Amino acid sequence: MVSANEEVPTGESPTIVELSSDEVLRERNAAVLEAGAGRKADHLLEVRGLSTHFFTPDGVVQAVDDVDFEVGYGETLGLVGESGCGKSVTALSIARLVADPPGKIVSGSIQFDGIDVLKLSDVDMRKLRGKEIGFIFQDPLTSLNPTLTIGYQIGESIREHLGLSAKAARDRIIELLAKVGIPRPADRLNDYPHQFSGGMRQRVMIAIALSCDPKLILADEPTTALDVTIQAQILELIQRLSSEFQTAVLLITHDLGIAAGMCDRVNVMYAGRIVETGTVDTLFEDPRMPYAWGLLDSLPRIDDVRGDRLRTIEGLPPLLINVPDACRFNPRCSYARDRCRESEPQLTEREPGHSARCWATEPGGWIE
Amino acid sequence: MATNTTVVPGQIAKPKASVGPWREAAGRLFRNKLAIVGLFLVSGLLFAGIFGPFLAPWPYQVQDLQAVFANGGRPLPPFSPDHLLGTDQLGRDLLSRMLDGARISVTVAFVVQMVIIFIGVPLGALAGWYAGLMDSTIMRFTDVIYAFPDLLFIILLSVAFRETPFGQALDGLFLVFVAIGLVGWVTVARLTRGQILSLKETEFVEAARAIGVSDRNIVLKHLLPNGISPIIVAVTLGIPVAILAEATLAYIGVGVQPPRASWGSLIAEGQKSLRSDPHLVTFPAIAIALALIGFTFLGDGLRDALDPKLKGKQ
Repeated sequence: MVSANEEVPTGESPTIVELSSDEVLRERNAAVLEAGAGRKADHLLEVRGLSTHFFTPDGVVQAVDDVDFEVGYGETLGLVGESGCGKSVTALSIARLVADPPGKIVSGSIQFDGIDVLKLSDVDMRKLRGKEIGFIFQDPLTSLNPTLTIGYQIGESIREHLGLSAKAARDRIIELLAKVGIPRPADRLNDYPHQFSGGMRQRVMIAIALSCDPKLILADEPTTALDVTIQAQILELIQRLSSEFQTAVLLITHDLGIAAGMCDRVNVMYAGRIVETGTVDTLFEDPRMPYAWGLLDSLPRIDDVRGDRLRTIEGLPPLLINVPDACRFNPRCSYARDRCRESEPQLTEREPGHSARCWATEPGGWIE
Repeated sequence: MATNTTVVPGQIAKPKASVGPWREAAGRLFRNKLAIVGLFLVSGLLFAGIFGPFLAPWPYQVQDLQAVFANGGRPLPPFSPDHLLGTDQLGRDLLSRMLDGARISVTVAFVVQMVIIFIGVPLGALAGWYAGLMDSTIMRFTDVIYAFPDLLFIILLSVAFRETPFGQALDGLFLVFVAIGLVGWVTVARLTRGQILSLKETEFVEAARAIGVSDRNIVLKHLLPNGISPIIVAVTLGIPVAILAEATLAYIGVGVQPPRASWGSLIAEGQKSLRSDPHLVTFPAIAIALALIGFTFLGDGLRDALDPKLKGKQ
């Protein structure tokens, strides 16, 4: 893998959605370099062999199975895949928020800024959440408490972690609200969530996530509940603020367009595994895994013939109970051969910084 | 929202400063006629309970024997000079005794609910939040208390402790508080547990966890304020139950010690001469009825105001 420093985004990603203006990207490059300066480890986040299983009455669901990845300081990493591929559980595992029972992190290690997250006490973990690791949730409607003012809710982590005086906290809240683009912030401090629109609420959530200047933001499908025009605004906001605050972002999405526009590197997840990983450029230019092809192929294109059916990947992700030793994608893969059904391929490097998990595209495989 | 704007003719309405959920609920409460009646009756009772002894024409235990002699040894009827509601057989002013009774009722009403809240809410919250063994233990204990016949338990406690200093405290009232409170908290505990159980699965709780809010603050700041409405309603509707329980106890003679006069004991004394002097029963009975109606109306109104979705349902 390439470390974050060498891998500054180039500003010319083959984007499907073009979000970054040149200026934003230039700021970003500087931010990534600067963020790397005070670092305590090679990567801000290093996930090694992470397995999170859910113990249900029907059996053990291997929601996340032996996942490795890292996020560099100030880097934006995308985690893409269908519903039920383990993207959210991966993010929840990093913050140790998986509901236990039934969920449990059964093996692996998570190093955050040189700290072994899985060995922290509950109290120390709580000090990390919100302060060092911010969270943006999918649905801003339900993620805000309807009985508390947004001023209180933004101030909550500030009070919990920074111990500012009431006055200083208030100033900080107003500053944050202004940063995320809420007009008349001082007046809206005492408003309740129902007085905000969906997009505004997501801005509030972003303000909460940024309130303690975290090193990493876990954004779990931050725009899924929003309509397309608001999506673009929110994404632009996340991108701008993450470079301004020098925050690394783990962006979970099922929208490849968003991943292409926002991320430096992308991990494709399928059935609890990472099946392909690479920089945005290499991965979108030259995907090496039939699942990634399928995902890219199923995007609607503006030059599609009107009236044609949208292309899909047939079938559903497998049930993750008693997974056999085989490529997990093989039942849905049109290139699958006996080898795919007999053993599971490893994640192997295809070019520097780009790995895939597929027998067919490996050297000596049946697809070039 | 219509109530949030000021409409000036020829001018675009400006939004007013934000109104919290409590203010909105208060607005709905004041628009409910029955609730206003309830509020009025409850305020009357509170006023009588707090200021009664200062307003009372006589101290509650003083006997106006001369007046009774003058009346041929019989209680004075209502509207006698000096005694607006008459006197009892011993020449004690009924109005003054009822005002003292109001003080007892008000005290019982609020202290008992305090006991209930202080036992029920924490136990229910613990059970709901920690689930598992803690939940089972607390809820089985609650079931045991719930299964016990209330009045029997209260009478047993009162009789068992009547002669001890504990039973004599506050003219016997302390024992009444504890006894009624000890059997009354189960409903509130169950309600609180149910609220916490359903609310702790919501996403804003997960969001609060994700920013590192402690368990204690999640329960106190996020869960209880969201689930407080049914608890407030249950507590308000529990007040008439407690008043009635105290009156019942006093009626059968195990509550407040004489010469203090509870409405229940006034009725018990008065019914001995029900035929000749019905006013001795009638006035305390009306007082009890009005107090109960007042709190019940207020409770119903609060339920409608705090949760408009439940309106009209039981």
